[in-house]
Amino acid sequence: MHPAFSVIFLTTLIGAAQGLFLALFTVQSYAAFKLLPAPDAHAFYGQGSVLAVTLLVLGLGASFFHLGHPERAWRSAAMWRTSWLSREVIVLPAFMGIVFLYGLAHWLDWHPVLMTLPGGLPVDPSAILGVAGTLLAFALFVCTGMIYACLKFLAEWHSPLTVINYVLLGGASGFTLAAAFATAAAPELVSFLAGWAVIITALGLISRAASLYRNARLKPKSTLQTAIGIKHPKIVQKTQGFMGGSFNTREFFHGKPIAVLRGIKWFFLIAVFPLPLLLLLIGMQGNSGGLVAAFVVQYLGLLAERWFFFAQANHPQNLYYQSIA
Amino acid sequence: MTQLALVIDLNVCVGCQACVTSCKEWNTSGSAGPMVDQNPYGADPTGTFFNRVQTFEVGEFPNTETVHFPKSCLHCEDPPCVPVCPTGASYKRKEDGIVLVDYDKCIGCKYCSWACPYGARELDEQQQVMKKCTLCVDRIYDMSMNEEDRKPSCVKACPTSARLYGDIHDSESDVSIAIREAGGYALMPEWGTHPANHYLPRRKTRIKIHEDELERADNPLKVDRKLPKPATNEPTLDDFTTW
Repeated sequence: MHPAFSVIFLTTLIGAAQGLFLALFTVQSYAAFKLLPAPDAHAFYGQGSVLAVTLLVLGLGASFFHLGHPERAWRSAAMWRTSWLSREVIVLPAFMGIVFLYGLAHWLDWHPVLMTLPGGLPVDPSAILGVAGTLLAFALFVCTGMIYACLKFLAEWHSPLTVINYVLLGGASGFTLAAAFATAAAPELVSFLAGWAVIITALGLISRAASLYRNARLKPKSTLQTAIGIKHPKIVQKTQGFMGGSFNTREFFHGKPIAVLRGIKWFFLIAVFPLPLLLLLIGMQGNSGGLVAAFVVQYLGLLAERWFFFAQANHPQNLYYQSIA
Repeated sequence: MTQLALVIDLNVCVGCQACVTSCKEWNTSGSAGPMVDQNPYGADPTGTFFNRVQTFEVGEFPNTETVHFPKSCLHCEDPPCVPVCPTGASYKRKEDGIVLVDYDKCIGCKYCSWACPYGARELDEQQQVMKKCTLCVDRIYDMSMNEEDRKPSCVKACPTSARLYGDIHDSESDVSIAIREAGGYALMPEWGTHPANHYLPRRKTRIKIHEDELERADNPLKVDRKLPKPATNEPTLDDFTTW
């Protein structure tokens, strides 16, 4: 497939925002149970939510560049019964709204006790918004992943690993960002967040490696024989029917030599996993620059990872477009 | 229920591209707007087409066959492109099974083209909406036309009658009989899309000539045991006269 930068930015930016929000609410949950010191609500939850909403807005903005008719984008909420893309279009703004309200509740110190859990734990609006946001963050990961995983023709994507990768890689970049952000907003939480970032990055390495392993061993279900229905081992396309290009020759081919593909694969394997892990461990020793570098390197790596994710997928329609003349 | 479809006979398609040009001509003149070409006279022309004719070589030289292969939307009975559309712009008509795109609803997200294993959908670069074969829906129901003209443009254009058109759910229609009796098949059956369009395979035309057909077994000369003259293994007049 042809990797579209609009979609690459959309998925990586909202993934980081979802991970960041999950990190914020993880801290709040731990703090509620007195497992962590409560951070400064304005600085940590308030500004953290602003950061998450900013990333979500940037991601949503990037997605519009993918559309031929952005002014009709509102229509895309219609088919949520059948289309994962439509579901994402509904869940993304809902998540944005919840993150905004979550940040607002903390910013305004709006903490009326709505009810009390058995154990005497008070529940305020931010806790309810946090739970709702957590559910929506995971729902959004599933929607984004399923947009690709539900396409059975694209064998490289048609796997639960696609969804797992979206969850883990988004979570990893979000927790790394939260750790870098905490160096300014809540220094006492840095090692907690960086620790989780290390764990999620390591899990991401396992699941992404598993999908690379799986994809390297795929056997295409469609062949030229089934594509034109002729039973003969040797079929060669002599012409695809036109000399110039077409949508079919642009949208479904990445158009780069195999060496570029391989180079980008190794770049992201290094930039998403071992390098940020190293920088996170350095950052946990009290080096705030290391944590910022960890996020920047991991995010650049994820751009490459997403590029490779698209480029690696081989669409069966390509069987019909192999030879110009 | 009706399922309109094309049946394409690969045995007689000569790859003349008449269906491609007549399709483009009809559909670029329609009320849905033109199928615009970019850079049509430049070095790298491109444009939207509903129908393409491709050519494949089957076998190894010298035992090869050239197969011309027209390809357009197959109007699948279980179209994978329809449920993925977020706006409902892509839909399959209940009354005749034609898969269509509502150009006023399409947002140009290209997701339906990813969900089509046949590459039947093309994004119009100028209108920025997804386009595909409509089975000439603006022709086949046009009562101002004569009945023989109420067929898709490509079918009318084909000089070898390689394109049949009809209802494949009507077991007595020409297309159903052709599929049944000439071994019609669907493309990429492995995906369970159940394409409505079918293809008829290449057929070898062979004549078996028996020896008794060359030397007539009922030769009346044999009645009196006289063989034809000259005998078949002897020279004939052609062999030694100069005329």
